[in-house]
Amino acid sequence: MLYKTIDKEDLKNLIDVHLHDVECIGPRQVGTNAKGRPLYQFLPVSSFDDMDLDYDTTEYSAKTYFLPYKEVLSTFHFDDSGWTQDITYRKHPRIIVGLHRCDINGLVKLDKVFAKEFHPNPYYLSRRGNTLIIGIGCHKHCEGGFCSSIGSDSVTHGFDLFLTDIGDRYFVKVGSDRGFNALNKINVRDISDEDRNQYLSNRNNFESSFKKTVKVENLPNLLDIEFESEVWKKWGDKCMSCGSCAMVCPTCYCYGVTENLSMDFKKSEKTKQLYSCNLYDFAQVAGGHNFRPARETRLKYRYYHQHRGFVETFGQPMCVGCNRCSRVCLAGINPTEVIRDIQMEHGR
Amino acid sequence: MKKIMHPYDITHETDMVEPLDYNRQSRLKDVDRSFKAEITNIIRLTDMEKLFQIRMVDDNDWQRFTFLPGQFVMLELPGYGEIPISFSSSPTIKSTIELCIRKTGKVTEALHRAKRGGIVGLRGPFGTYFPMEQMKGHNILLIAGGLGLAPLRAPISYVIENRADFQNVNILYGARDPSNLLFDYQYEQWNRIDDITLQVIVENPNKAWTGPVGMITKLLDDVTVPPDQTYAIVCGPPIMFKFVCNRLNAMGIPMQRMFVSLERRMHCGMGKCCRCNIGSSYTCIDGPVFDFWTVMNLKEAI
Repeated sequence: MLYKTIDKEDLKNLIDVHLHDVECIGPRQVGTNAKGRPLYQFLPVSSFDDMDLDYDTTEYSAKTYFLPYKEVLSTFHFDDSGWTQDITYRKHPRIIVGLHRCDINGLVKLDKVFAKEFHPNPYYLSRRGNTLIIGIGCHKHCEGGFCSSIGSDSVTHGFDLFLTDIGDRYFVKVGSDRGFNALNKINVRDISDEDRNQYLSNRNNFESSFKKTVKVENLPNLLDIEFESEVWKKWGDKCMSCGSCAMVCPTCYCYGVTENLSMDFKKSEKTKQLYSCNLYDFAQVAGGHNFRPARETRLKYRYYHQHRGFVETFGQPMCVGCNRCSRVCLAGINPTEVIRDIQMEHGR
Repeated sequence: MKKIMHPYDITHETDMVEPLDYNRQSRLKDVDRSFKAEITNIIRLTDMEKLFQIRMVDDNDWQRFTFLPGQFVMLELPGYGEIPISFSSSPTIKSTIELCIRKTGKVTEALHRAKRGGIVGLRGPFGTYFPMEQMKGHNILLIAGGLGLAPLRAPISYVIENRADFQNVNILYGARDPSNLLFDYQYEQWNRIDDITLQVIVENPNKAWTGPVGMITKLLDDVTVPPDQTYAIVCGPPIMFKFVCNRLNAMGIPMQRMFVSLERRMHCGMGKCCRCNIGSSYTCIDGPVFDFWTVMNLKEAI
């Protein structure tokens, strides 16, 4: 990988100069919570200063820019001669600035499902291909985040540029030719020994401050053995089946497809909408039979997919440890607590 | 000034594999494309089920369309929705495909109102299949309960068309009552074929019924096959194939030679929407056809 350094001021120039021809998304403060903690979201910005790159975490992940909550897959047009089907894909470029390692790792995991498996998905690929990703290393431990426990506290690919704050300048990992060409528009320097040392010492500080809080390596086996465990009932009874966890998750990708007929019967939109395996009718089939009518089986299934099913297929858990699901959960269900409970069950 | 980002248009990408197959990566830009197909004939089977004969409108697309018994297709009814349906016909019949469909939901109810000449959409085929090649030279047990005869009719037709490749064939079919029996006009024909035995059993007989009465496992009492030279395909509700497969296991047929077809709600057919996930497998890409050993190891499958 190529490494460069740029002045912080130059990043601002890079974004501000190009804002007229490309949409830019970044972390913006949208309010504060009851305890006074600032709340951030990835939102379009109109100038570099709209963003706060020092943010700790966003409430929602940036997934929505690749897997929108609602997306029209195709449109059927009806006339006297029958029907035709129109399919369009995204063609407009955009930049997302300020993704943390967890979010980039989330995208890498989504790539495995939507870009690399058979049946690659053109809707996802066209969004991915039209998005320049400028990541940035976080240096504050976000509330409850367990990225280091799950191995998503380092990032090697999935971005175009990745910035690490080293004082008045950024240490830049260049992840793609697009990123390389973008850098060419500003003053860019090769890294000096001082840059390297500064980067490594930052990295060391970061690694020593991010402690492992939960063990996940034994989960694929444990989830299988503890399939009938009482622990699921305990957490399932708390779950309100609202699906908020899946909405904010950087990797949850399951969806449902509906067709919506227009009022004049002239067209019908086949619409994909992100779903959640915790919603009641997730596994309901025609005729009304529901394969997972109980809350606990649906909650269990979410963990089973993230920490066993995905591991079987791709050799790593789907979870990136961002802890967003825990922050948003109305019932206070925390993934590290659920996982520890399952492990306790095993030790008993 | 030069732009920082250039638009990326995926429609300029070439298809990834030649020749185009329907089942895998080849149609990158067309994963959501439904190929127009005409309903050429509708056969009423019972009050609830109809058999639809369907053929793609475009001849080139139709020539390339191939499938294997056990696979399914996503059938699109524009304006209503898309549903996964198993093939009920043999792939060697080149004139049409046949889909046996029960009236049970929004899309199927609309489909039951459709008339000959109606244009629907097809996407697929998807999924795993019954390994008919591997079964050649062996005895075959084909066992169906209820609507399970719909997917089972594909291997039945395949076996009949390639009669010389298989040893003795037993077809066992159980239904709730005589009015539920599917494809009853074909029993006579199947039974007359050399060394193919068809037995039908119902749970609730009416006055006209002269055949056996009871559960499907009762029919297995009279079946004697050499277990090491026999394959079985079992289609039906989970409770039925669980009993049947355990019985076959007791008879000594290896679990990896028993194949079942599972059903789940599907929204994509391509391993993306997760709706058909069982344990850690997708019914659409790892299934719908599983051997019974795999099913035993899937959480929540039965």
